[in-house]
Amino acid sequence: MSTAEPLLRVEDLRVEFHTEDGVVHAVDGISYEIQRGRTLGIVGESGSGKSVAALTTLGLTRAQGAHVSGRILFEGRDLVALSDEELRSVRGNDIAMVFQDPLSALHPFFKVGAQLIEAVVAHQDVSKAQARARAVELLGLVGIPDPARRVDEFPHEFSGGMRQRAMIAMALANEPKLLIADEPTTALDVTVQAQILALMERLQRELGMAIVIITHDLGVVAELADDIAVMYAGRIVETTSAELLFDRPEHPYTWGLLKSLPKLEGSREEPLVPISGTPPSLINRPTGCHFHPRCPYSQPEHTRIDPKLEPVLGEPRHQVACLLESELRGRLWQELRAGRTPLEALAAVGPDGPSEAVS
Amino acid sequence: MSALVEVRDLVKHFPITKGIVFQKRVGAVQAVDGVSFDIEPGETLGIVGETGCGKSTTARLIMRLLEPTSGRVSFEGEDITQLKGSRLKAVRREMQMIFQDPYSSLNPRKTIGSIIGEPFAIHGLEKGEGERKRAVQELMETVGLNPEHYNRYPHEFSGGQRQRIGVARALALKPKLLIADEPVSALDVSIQAQVLNLLRDLQREFGLTVVFIAHDLSVVRHMCDRVAVMYLGKIVEIGPGDALYGFPRHPYTGALLSAVPVADPSHHGQERRLLSGDVPSPANPPSACRFHTRCPKAQELCSTREPLLEEMDSGTRAACHFPLTREEVGEIGVRSAG
Repeated sequence: MSTAEPLLRVEDLRVEFHTEDGVVHAVDGISYEIQRGRTLGIVGESGSGKSVAALTTLGLTRAQGAHVSGRILFEGRDLVALSDEELRSVRGNDIAMVFQDPLSALHPFFKVGAQLIEAVVAHQDVSKAQARARAVELLGLVGIPDPARRVDEFPHEFSGGMRQRAMIAMALANEPKLLIADEPTTALDVTVQAQILALMERLQRELGMAIVIITHDLGVVAELADDIAVMYAGRIVETTSAELLFDRPEHPYTWGLLKSLPKLEGSREEPLVPISGTPPSLINRPTGCHFHPRCPYSQPEHTRIDPKLEPVLGEPRHQVACLLESELRGRLWQELRAGRTPLEALAAVGPDGPSEAVS
Repeated sequence: MSALVEVRDLVKHFPITKGIVFQKRVGAVQAVDGVSFDIEPGETLGIVGETGCGKSTTARLIMRLLEPTSGRVSFEGEDITQLKGSRLKAVRREMQMIFQDPYSSLNPRKTIGSIIGEPFAIHGLEKGEGERKRAVQELMETVGLNPEHYNRYPHEFSGGQRQRIGVARALALKPKLLIADEPVSALDVSIQAQVLNLLRDLQREFGLTVVFIAHDLSVVRHMCDRVAVMYLGKIVEIGPGDALYGFPRHPYTGALLSAVPVADPSHHGQERRLLSGDVPSPANPPSACRFHTRCPKAQELCSTREPLLEEMDSGTRAACHFPLTREEVGEIGVRSAG
């Protein structure tokens, strides 16, 4: 697998916005790749830069005056260097996107069918009738009942779940190789969310496309993703396979996220362990490790040293940006997993805890 | 022990009208349609359900922010649906609400101090300036805000802090009943846990009775002693959280629980049975059992005779002619089932 050229390879992507208040470092040097037919989940809280990174892939931050550097190689072509015109032939064709809010992403004045037809004729040389037939076919593919009739309805006549299906149909119009889904189920109810996730999984199997799913919901990525990247303050702080991320997470922020989640099963007596504080401003980021003000294990020098994303010992595909020693991290996670709080975990790892490991 | 709140046959229909000058009633959205339950002192009752199931309307009816079409809500044994004026105000003092959106539920032109202190003024408990400030700052400390921020405005606070302001305001009058309508759904995961912990601590500290409304089943499981599941304006199942999550009897409860994405990839690929279709319109709900159009177990009886809430041997009460069995709960992939 490692020999195959990845479908998408992002190298040291940086996106900055120059505002009156200062420079917003929305994306701060992220690198990742995704193979054909695989699913990458990008997880982060609001303001972590996950959406900006995705929008930039499609050049959709250019109009906002974003300063972009780094490379986004799609099948070997650098999307950052493409002109708007060239990018338009990629967008909606090879790479398509599904947005969070289907009500505002669909145009309220035009019939769903007309919007689907537009997506088809933008990239394919087909007659109106053929495009319409394709629109009906697409609505059927995403599970809209009676597609030949619904194709002539307006977005407001669709329910929330159906609108999201229509959005997905539109994204699939030209059989993209890569589908970027930005919080595709956040606006939906849980039973509809399950339907949409199942639909995305089925379509991926049938059409063989790669998916990047961006979400704040660890449950959703656990369902869908093969690999996961966790973003914090514009950077990827940890990336690995879905199994390893939930089984042996390495970054204190990932631990924090996992321990903040209420569980559907098990004892409700186990208290949640929130991450203290709030996410940092992307204009004035903390020095050193950006997570240090919220990290229960941080050491004085963590305020100066900026951690690099580096492989965890023995696992080249598991990368983490943390200044704690690998062995110590492993022991801390064992303690946390056993239900201890961060302070108890620190006490339990005892004398060779971080305070000594430092000197 | 008598219940703090008794809700009996509560109905709220919102009229659908046609015409501009001469409005003609052409139908009704049956938001809440015959709901009965008790809330015991000191417990946390969760109400779950999907958009449009009537959970928020139920909360607003209990608070009497809405007038019920029919039915009764009693608070400490007194029917509050007919109360007016000062009597109503006195009861409202005992019930407070926390809203979903911490951005729109705080007046942007007022300082935090005056937002949290306003309940004192409304209820004629106007203290002197110094005393009021002291009371407000004490509340701010209780909910984990810095009391020095007394004179700041809402925009200077993050979402989680704003929700703390909402909690402080709700606690100002030391209410007996706190209704929290989706209090954490607008917050990020790490912040959500902070607010949930705060609510749980405050409940213990002040002996509050809480109605907790949310669509997130994991959050409700964590917070609530008892849980009511609503579908299209009716309660389809109600009971202790452990029983309801461990052995859901109503097929809708089962479907909800199996649809929750679980943050554990080892569940990946596990068989699940998904509901098809969408929730029908509450303006024109299905006959008899409202779930029969989407229910995998539906039979003819379900479309002709409405099932009533009945005691199940597993500890909950469910409104279903053909409740789920243990085997079926396993088959549909309910992850919380033991």
